[in-house]
Amino acid sequence: MATATATRGGLGTVAPVRSGRRRGRGLLVGVGVALALLLVWEGAKFLGGTPWRAPLALPGSPVLWNPPFRWAFANDLNLPHVWNILLTFNEPFQRGSSQSVAAYLVGASLYTWREALIGFLLGAGIGLVLATIFVHSRLLERALVPYVVASQTIPIIALAPLIVFAFGANVMSVVVIATYLTFFPVTIAMIRGLRSFDPRALELMRSYASSKWQIYRKLRFPAALPYLFTALKIAATASIVGAIIGEGPGGIADGLGRVIITYNQYYITGPEKLWASIIAAGILGIAFYLLISAIEWAVMRGRRPAAI
Amino acid sequence: MTDPSPASGAPVAQPAARAAPAPPAVGGAPAPVVHLAGVDKVFDRGDRVVTRALEGIDLDIARGEFVSLIGPSGCGKSTLLRIVGDLTSPSSGTVTVNGKPAEQARRDRDYGMVFQAPVLFDWRTVEDNVKLPLEILGWDGSRRTARAREMLELVELGDFLKHHPFQLSGGMQQRVAIARALAIEPSILLMDEPFGALDEMTRERMNSEVLRIWERTGTTIVFVTHSIPEAVFLSSRVVVMSARPGRITEVIDVDLPRPRNEDTRETRRYFELVTAVREALRHGGGDLDDAGTVAGGDAASVERTMAEGAVG
Repeated sequence: MATATATRGGLGTVAPVRSGRRRGRGLLVGVGVALALLLVWEGAKFLGGTPWRAPLALPGSPVLWNPPFRWAFANDLNLPHVWNILLTFNEPFQRGSSQSVAAYLVGASLYTWREALIGFLLGAGIGLVLATIFVHSRLLERALVPYVVASQTIPIIALAPLIVFAFGANVMSVVVIATYLTFFPVTIAMIRGLRSFDPRALELMRSYASSKWQIYRKLRFPAALPYLFTALKIAATASIVGAIIGEGPGGIADGLGRVIITYNQYYITGPEKLWASIIAAGILGIAFYLLISAIEWAVMRGRRPAAI
Repeated sequence: MTDPSPASGAPVAQPAARAAPAPPAVGGAPAPVVHLAGVDKVFDRGDRVVTRALEGIDLDIARGEFVSLIGPSGCGKSTLLRIVGDLTSPSSGTVTVNGKPAEQARRDRDYGMVFQAPVLFDWRTVEDNVKLPLEILGWDGSRRTARAREMLELVELGDFLKHHPFQLSGGMQQRVAIARALAIEPSILLMDEPFGALDEMTRERMNSEVLRIWERTGTTIVFVTHSIPEAVFLSSRVVVMSARPGRITEVIDVDLPRPRNEDTRETRRYFELVTAVREALRHGGGDLDDAGTVAGGDAASVERTMAEGAVG
């Protein structure tokens, strides 16, 4: 915002280099954490899991390692071997099918992402409109924000069947559920963001006899962008969760939600497949998040590095 | 007085002030740009604490004058400036600017404002910050660019068009703010302690710069300051105020020859005038405390803005 601090000779080129190095280190730590988790996972199985057999081998094949203890949480049903989860991506997604689990999950993920994206866009739009109304009317803000908050205290599991009942068992219901989870963070963040401008900048705009729209477009909205992107990142992941949850009661056959339900039902015979679908859902959420981050980076490039 | 508008930059959407002919003369003397009569300002926050910020202010400012308002903190000099600029309204009295009520003058974009903080928009480059008022006035793109560059040349920042504000020093940022204020060729420039946050060296350089710009553009300037040397060096008249209630105690004509430069600060007459202003401040009963109060005054004005819920 207003730059009262005097950064004498502050060069914009220093910061990106530093942040690039920091990002590299962050990636390294992230990989380290993942490796540590795998070590704990397989370590537990090594000490107290089901007898180890060759990857994807049937029960009855030779035992390669017999763990000294038997812990229920570490058996092959609860914690399948990591390599078995990875190998299952290459298995047929159901008996006799030529399509692999990986291809099937990619297709389902893209389908779910489309629903989530529509819900995300609608939700972000609704959130923005609501926040804009609220910052211009304290009365409406006081009267309606409690309802906005209350809307999020109702479990989506309870609400989803009602929405399906209202909109029919189709993609529309799923989109509505994704929208429902998305508009909230955007509304709340933008109520704050649209008020985050420097009050002296408002005086400046007034001295030019700016219209409310000009103040909104040239001051309030740009000043709110850091808040908006923070909210959009939360909304992106929430919209994926909303779409996956909505697909169950919505009766959608092609998305991740149905895949998860199906693999849940066949968990006893193939727990790796459910884990594979969980990984797919995670990757989808992360990918959506990264997409928003990339847009944020592109939009906020010119700003003070600390503001990003 | 030089004509500040270049052939290329004559506004289409003419601010009325530029189009307005010299205000109608009354009794032979030209009508003042700013006319204040019996202006009072009372802050009543409804908690029985009623602050009488200004009382019985009468002041006329002629076209092309450079008038400084000086006084102890709490004397209402910033409030007075904000009343002239229609950023707050007086409790009573009349405020006429260019022969119109102050609100009309604001709607006609007669004002340029420079605050103590530069108030630049971080997300805009230096050039785009200067273009901001021109966008609001609805100028088209190429004329905006031409004017913004011309103004940045004027404040000697032509090499920093594509920089962002946070990449500039405090003095440079304030020069951008001045360029922005001058871009719409305001008929009156209101400056509220514009150099209060700068170090002494930078401040003196900025003083010379403002004088140079004033001499080139011929804009009427009302300048609020805490600094006696600054007021004397810049002004054609220094208005001395006292606090509680805020009143004008004395108006001192500064008859230093022009053009003024760094040598002016070493002349005998300069010291006499500095002393005269200091004496006037002392007799006004105010103790002028320099630093320390600067931030406080600013915070108070921000608070007032918010209390008034001043949007639009």
